[in-house]
Amino acid sequence: MLQALFGDRPAEASHHGWPLVGADADSWRRTGEALREGKLDLLGLWGDTDAVTCVLHEPSTRRALSARLPVRAGKVPSLAQFHAPASRLERSITDLFGIEIVGLPDSRPWLDHGRWPLRRPLAMSPEGIAAQRPYEFLPTVGPHLHQVPVGPVHAGVIEPGHFRFTASGETIVRLEERLGYTHKGIEWLLRGKSLNEAARIAARACGDSTVSYSLAFARAVEAALHLQIPPRAHWLRATMAELERIANHLGDIGGICNDAAFSMMHAECGILREHALRACAIAFGHRLMMDRIVPGGVTVDLQPAGCAAILALIRQLRRQFPELVELYDSTASLQDRTVGSGSVPAALALQFAAPGYVGRACGRAFDARTCLPYPPYDVAPIELVTCSEGDVDARVRVRILEIERSCAWLQAALAALPPGPVRVPVDAEPQGGAEQPEGEALVEGFRGDILAAVRLGPQQRLERCHLRDPSWFLWPLLEVAIEGNIIADFPLCNKSFNCAYSGHDL
Amino acid sequence: MRRRLIKNLFSSPCTEAPPPRSATLEEAGAALRGAIARSLGRSLAIRAVDSGSCNGCELEIHALSNAFYDIERFGIRFVASPRHADVLLVTGPVTLNMRDALERTYQATPAPKWIVAVGDCGAGCGVFADSYACVGAVAKVIPVDLTIRGCPPTPTDLLQGLCWLLDPAVVR
Ligand code: SF4
Repeated sequence: MLQALFGDRPAEASHHGWPLVGADADSWRRTGEALREGKLDLLGLWGDTDAVTCVLHEPSTRRALSARLPVRAGKVPSLAQFHAPASRLERSITDLFGIEIVGLPDSRPWLDHGRWPLRRPLAMSPEGIAAQRPYEFLPTVGPHLHQVPVGPVHAGVIEPGHFRFTASGETIVRLEERLGYTHKGIEWLLRGKSLNEAARIAARACGDSTVSYSLAFARAVEAALHLQIPPRAHWLRATMAELERIANHLGDIGGICNDAAFSMMHAECGILREHALRACAIAFGHRLMMDRIVPGGVTVDLQPAGCAAILALIRQLRRQFPELVELYDSTASLQDRTVGSGSVPAALALQFAAPGYVGRACGRAFDARTCLPYPPYDVAPIELVTCSEGDVDARVRVRILEIERSCAWLQAALAALPPGPVRVPVDAEPQGGAEQPEGEALVEGFRGDILAAVRLGPQQRLERCHLRDPSWFLWPLLEVAIEGNIIADFPLCNKSFNCAYSGHDL
Repeated sequence: MRRRLIKNLFSSPCTEAPPPRSATLEEAGAALRGAIARSLGRSLAIRAVDSGSCNGCELEIHALSNAFYDIERFGIRFVASPRHADVLLVTGPVTLNMRDALERTYQATPAPKWIVAVGDCGAGCGVFADSYACVGAVAKVIPVDLTIRGCPPTPTDLLQGLCWLLDPAVVR
């Protein structure tokens, strides 16, 4: 399909990671149709001052490609009219760049709540003060319906967002999400920054995935600059990424069980998670391993003591985690809550290219580490885990298996760590001579695939950097998964998705 | 499950000794602490408010409840509503989209109340402070009584700060 759509177009020489081709209104429409027919996955869609760019993935050939459509008279045609997953991305493009998306079925603002001192902040000429407009929730009609508004300040220690439930008795008829509360203007902040400054900001786009964001950003920059980093750096990066995955999965499995009122599992998983974070602190000097991955390599080398700490963690997990899995399996009251609740239809998971464990729990066999492998997973593959039920239980099971796979992978990796340097300087002048080198990268965070796209300008300052969190394609599925469940099960379903707010709102 | 419970009963706890008193906190003014001790004794109800953090600070606040730090043993607990809270624990650089919600949460908290700003973002020295979409610091929106820095602060930092608020005798 990609070949048929864009095979005749030359790839831009200044762009790396995968090919970038120019699109016109006609190929854009045909792209939309191919997305609608499920021949392609949409991996990202973002704006710029003069163009919009989408990243497409063809599952059958495991190829990725970016297509760029120039903005004409401030307008571009909508992809969302063919392919619903593009909708919120396109609404955000309008909010940030003021580009009019022609044919967009839902033209309400998304990130812009009318509170910023300027409108379309990333456009060439942002407009002055915004008028506060009330946000119109979608109407619901029917007998015996009532609405329950929740948030943005939630009852637990979690991020802010607003949920509008329409319920009939206890049963949820519809959930509508309202996000954007944590919008920090990250893409605006990144503009004009040096690579070092930008790496610190990218690392803080989403705190639970800080390693993966740093990795995505660094890989995109390295792609743009044709920078080869030492092999040891690749392995250390992946070591951190797997540790991050293990720690988050442990915390969330405990959290899910806690939301099903089984607090013992929460306590036990909390202990293991704490052990994991402490091992990270010993090995890499920071519990969440923030700012450890930078363009050019990593900032800390792994010492024997750190290696021993990680191996001790793996031994402990091997000893204790199976007991917890058994506990999960043998507790009927827990299974009663997790099995069959929060189901995502497999067809929708495919349509939304559902990232991470949500997609894999529906049988979508995609993991950036195996499908678009990057070092060191190209030489040390990690096995893909899938399930088919698509409910809370399936998501828990995928994550249980992923912890086991990550442990096995880490153990093998630590035994095979290549020696040598861990960082190379990022040259002042890019090789290859392109004036505005661009690069893109896709990495698998614990939650799913994270996309980073960068364009560099003079002195290697960022001209444009876009970061796409997996949650963009997960939040809409949560709205579907919750339908027909009772309101009291929302925390459970929500936790089993664990979508990011900050990574989404940027 | 029974096996697990029995095993836990006979193994030693993970919970660690309270962190030592911090010299920097001692300088921060004993008056505040005295006021809290007088009105609340040794119990503190905390409402965490995320004013647009990256979620890093939340992860470490969560860790306070695990078996190692076990914050409840100090009489500190997290509550679900600001109306039940003595202390608001505020993370993040206060995005403009969250400013209203933070102000309303503050107003919904009954007096006496104290505000703790958490993390470099909350303190006003984080990476997002200069954005068009952020106020930049918690103290620019509501009065802050104590600041716990770090990106994110470790659970030990947080515990030190919160215990200090509560009662000097707790943190030996
Ligand atoms: S202080 Fe650091 S960890 Fe906390 S919200 Fe800010 S960036 Fe995230």
